[in-house]
Amino acid sequence: MRISDVQSEEVLAGLPSATLAPRPLARATELLRGWSAQVMLGAAVMTLFLLVALIGPAIAPYAVHAQVGHVYASPSPSHPLGLDNGGYDVLSNLLVGARTSMIVGLCAAVVSILIGGTIGVIAGYVGGRTDGVLMRITDYFLVIPDIPLMIISAAVFGRNTRNIVVIIGLIYWTTAARLIRAQVRSLRQRVYVRRAELLGASGRRVLWTHIVPQVTPLLIANTVLMIANAIFAETYIAFLGLGNPTTPSWGAMIQSSLAGGAIFYHAWWAVLPPGIAVTVVVLAATLVGQGLEDSLNPRLRAGHLAVRRFRLRPLHGELERE
Amino acid sequence: MSGSIDPHAAASPADSLPAPATPRASLADQPPPTEYRAAPSHQLLEVRGLHVWFELRGGGELHAVRGVDLDLRRGERLGLVGESGCGKSTALLALMGLLPASASVAGEVILDGRDIMAQGERSIRPHRWREVAMVFQGAMNAFNPVRTIGWQIAEPLRRHRSLSRAAARARVLELLELVGIPAGRAERYPHELSGGMRQRAAIAMALACDPKLLLADEPTTALDVMVQAQVLELLVSLSEELGLALVLVSHDLPAVTQVAERVAVMYAGEVVECAFTGELFDTPRHPYTAALVAATPDLLQATPLSSIPGAPPSLRSQLQGCAFAPRCGQRMQICERHPPTLAADADGRLFACHLNGGSPHHTLPPAPGGQAAVDSGTQDTERRS
Amino acid sequence: MSEARGASRALLEVDGLAASYHLRRGVSAALARRPQSVVRAVDGVSLTVGRGEVVALVGESGSGKSSLAQTIMRAHPAQRGRIRFDGQEITTLGSAQLRPLRRRMQMIFQDPYESLDPRFRVRRTVSEPLVIHGIGDHARRAELVSEALRACGLDPPELFLDRYPHELSGGQRQRVAIAAALALEPQLLIADEPVSMLDVSVRAGVLNVLAGLRDSGLGILLITHDLAVAASFADRLYVMYLGRIVEQGPAHEVISAPSHPYTRALVSVTPRRTPRTGGAPQILAGEIPDATRVPPGCRFHPRCPVATDACRRSDPQLEPLPGPGGAAGQHLAACILAPDRRVVQQTSR
Ligand SMILES: Nc1ncnc2c1ncn2[C@@H]1O[C@H](COP(=O)(O)OP(=O)(O)OP(=O)(O)O)[C@@H](O)[C@H]1O
Ligand code: SF4
Ligand code: SF4
Ligand SMILES: [Mg+2]
Repeated sequence: MRISDVQSEEVLAGLPSATLAPRPLARATELLRGWSAQVMLGAAVMTLFLLVALIGPAIAPYAVHAQVGHVYASPSPSHPLGLDNGGYDVLSNLLVGARTSMIVGLCAAVVSILIGGTIGVIAGYVGGRTDGVLMRITDYFLVIPDIPLMIISAAVFGRNTRNIVVIIGLIYWTTAARLIRAQVRSLRQRVYVRRAELLGASGRRVLWTHIVPQVTPLLIANTVLMIANAIFAETYIAFLGLGNPTTPSWGAMIQSSLAGGAIFYHAWWAVLPPGIAVTVVVLAATLVGQGLEDSLNPRLRAGHLAVRRFRLRPLHGELERE
Repeated sequence: MSGSIDPHAAASPADSLPAPATPRASLADQPPPTEYRAAPSHQLLEVRGLHVWFELRGGGELHAVRGVDLDLRRGERLGLVGESGCGKSTALLALMGLLPASASVAGEVILDGRDIMAQGERSIRPHRWREVAMVFQGAMNAFNPVRTIGWQIAEPLRRHRSLSRAAARARVLELLELVGIPAGRAERYPHELSGGMRQRAAIAMALACDPKLLLADEPTTALDVMVQAQVLELLVSLSEELGLALVLVSHDLPAVTQVAERVAVMYAGEVVECAFTGELFDTPRHPYTAALVAATPDLLQATPLSSIPGAPPSLRSQLQGCAFAPRCGQRMQICERHPPTLAADADGRLFACHLNGGSPHHTLPPAPGGQAAVDSGTQDTERRS
Repeated sequence: MSEARGASRALLEVDGLAASYHLRRGVSAALARRPQSVVRAVDGVSLTVGRGEVVALVGESGSGKSSLAQTIMRAHPAQRGRIRFDGQEITTLGSAQLRPLRRRMQMIFQDPYESLDPRFRVRRTVSEPLVIHGIGDHARRAELVSEALRACGLDPPELFLDRYPHELSGGQRQRVAIAAALALEPQLLIADEPVSMLDVSVRAGVLNVLAGLRDSGLGILLITHDLAVAASFADRLYVMYLGRIVEQGPAHEVISAPSHPYTRALVSVTPRRTPRTGGAPQILAGEIPDATRVPPGCRFHPRCPVATDACRRSDPQLEPLPGPGGAAGQHLAACILAPDRRVVQQTSR
């Protein structure tokens, strides 16, 4: 690419933006413009679920651990989603359980990103032996199968919500670490980073002023994606019966209903609602996370080689030349 | 040619003039009937009043090519030079009919006597790659990394000439030899070849269907001097051996002089001067050409360089008068109101400037002194040095 | 010209410098115990840059120009040889001891799109070096930044201070990069292909800025593959091939009377502003060999148009040439045939 002093917006419009538009506002609008309808939908759904997590306990019609009717009573006007194996109101449990699921999802995602991000940045920036050791550790974590790790950790540390957050965080930090490390390594090679080093900037300065701000958007996108994983993992842990027995959660609902013979009684209403809730929120988080990731990774549009739908235009009259 | 031409409208079936038989008629889908003009047989390409507009994403329009006229004889080598963004690539892409959907085109492109632009994509398609081929800007970096070079050269052959696998392979080896790539390299992947080799491969790819006209967009930019010399020499020898006409687009004036017989200088979407290579550099007539020459460093003439102040105009708004006027040291009153037209002066030199046309100072000083022509406009940089 | 000054006590003295890269072996290569391949990017280079002098380093890509620059800047370890800056040996200084020196030697890079942090406004980019070295207070820094921008032709500075790189043209970006390097008032500037990505019309502007700096006493090492650029700006010229200097001397002399066959080929293929004048260009076949496999004897012999058997056996060193520059020990070439060839060429002109 060659350059001249012609760099009006037209020229720039033709260039793939290799980096984010830096102005925060411009960046936000850029991101928003890049968002597809799917991403908007995902974001809307996530917002809805967050709202439910916030006010769910307040609007739940019944107490969670109160038997309010027959075991597996089918849906009725007073219990729109029926009752479960304990005779508890499914809707109330669903609304209250949302809080656990969302809290665990968010916190575990943040924990995994904090661990993974830190390790990734250090490994990527320091390089050399440190990088080798950290990546070896990451590899070990990556090959340890999730389920035994969950079972062991739950057995060792006890089954409260905080421990579950930590366990999920510990399981999922590896992806973030590898991703961030790769990004930091490529940033390190960028000329402006090398230039800052040659100016005599200290490593810490280079890291905080040039590298971390550049990987932050990626971290955010990754956190959102991680929320999906974490919510799923929480459900999974609860489903295995390793969850916190005292707080209701979607996974615990599915687990106790299945254990309580919901299938046998054809009580689909006890299993499906939490199942659908998990699916929907996981999907929504994935949509948003992927959308963010896509808009952060602009790919080259090799437009002119593919599309040939240019139009012909008559010159107005026998324009200009004669 | 006049009136709106919609590529999707049915072509008039009554075609009184038979299309001239092309040697490759059997290979090409028959070109749609177009107006046939008896052109002098040595004339290959005639571009008349080519315009290209781009619709911009944020609304508005950009007039990237603003009425370009070009002529090219068979086997002739023409250079097209100008600053970045002046519309060189766009003009070439228009000739190939490879503009995106946001573009609209007007004008005539008469290839071998027929207007291939008349019906847009419909009338260009039969000629693309078969008669007019192009080496894209940055083509050497655009190879598919997971396919071998040989495979990628063979692909258009299979597609456009429906050759069998074996025939395509034989042709690939022939093409590689033509551009000086050892046959063994056909099985290599793009990253295993040097930039020069990849550029040769890109040229081979363009030559696959034996075109009469090759458009080469910045084929040597980003190559080293020695490799650049090799590629330029290759282009000249191809042109001579195959009788191939060549349009060489470059921002690098000296590189163009090594290849082209004639050079057209573009500025802000227009051709502002067109002359034989020697004349153009020795006695540039248009002030912009003179400024470009004065800004080009030369090995043995240690004249101080002068940059051209300011920047080319934005092509978004309608331009009044001469597009170069804001940067021109010889601007006159008329320049700001009336656009000059490309016309021959008394010596038969073609340039678009109000200095042309019998005015007493229509002759600019020769190259080194061409400086004088732009000096008044370059204090910006002169003062500092 | 400042050769005399430069010779007495040069600003930068590089002596027999060598640097190499170790290529990673793949797993299969490691298992097969194939030796790790070593790229000898810089292989015994000596050069000097005086105060107020522009020294050009030319050569094809892959000749090791950028590696040499990186090594001089101590961004890459030197394997052998010495680097002396302003009389002080810096070859083995630690990064803490280097920091104050970094202030006095700066580098600008080829790609103006890459060399500025996309999130920094011009103001911050240019003042960053001042902040790093703790120079001035806020107000003083603002002054220095404006001064540096003005010196680089970004005038008035207010027009540019608040822009982001994507709001600047390539030429303007390159000037911002130069301004950032100049804010510290360095004594030495290493410019790695500063204009090769710029349009002709802008190129002259940036080169003129550099020329102005030279006149104010800055020593510049200009790395380029464009001999024409080198010819129009440099006082002295070094020609590099495969990690070695093969010819050096006063720029005009090297270009008008090139002595090494490689230099001659380079000069002959460098396009002139006017259509081909003089003899046909001497286009060397093939490309610069991979620096993992340096040919024995004269490393240029596989591509040399006049190579003899002797060239395969002996590795010629730089030697002074007959003639004005050579007599003064200024014009040297590393070719066993150089002195003769040069006589032949001069008489034929
Ligand atoms: N697809 C497009 N949409 C909108 N504008 C475009 C498009 N392609 C090119 N342009 C604009 O058209 C003008 C001419 O561009 P073009 O690429 O033809 O210039 P050029 O002379 O080839 O420049 P360079 O030397 O940098 O390759 C520029 O202002 C450019 O930004
Ligand atoms: S028409 Fe006028 S402004 Fe334009 S180039 Fe000629 S003299 Fe300059
Ligand atoms: S020593 Fe021999 S091979 Fe080397 S440059 Fe001289 S003539 Fe050529
Ligand atoms: Mg172009």
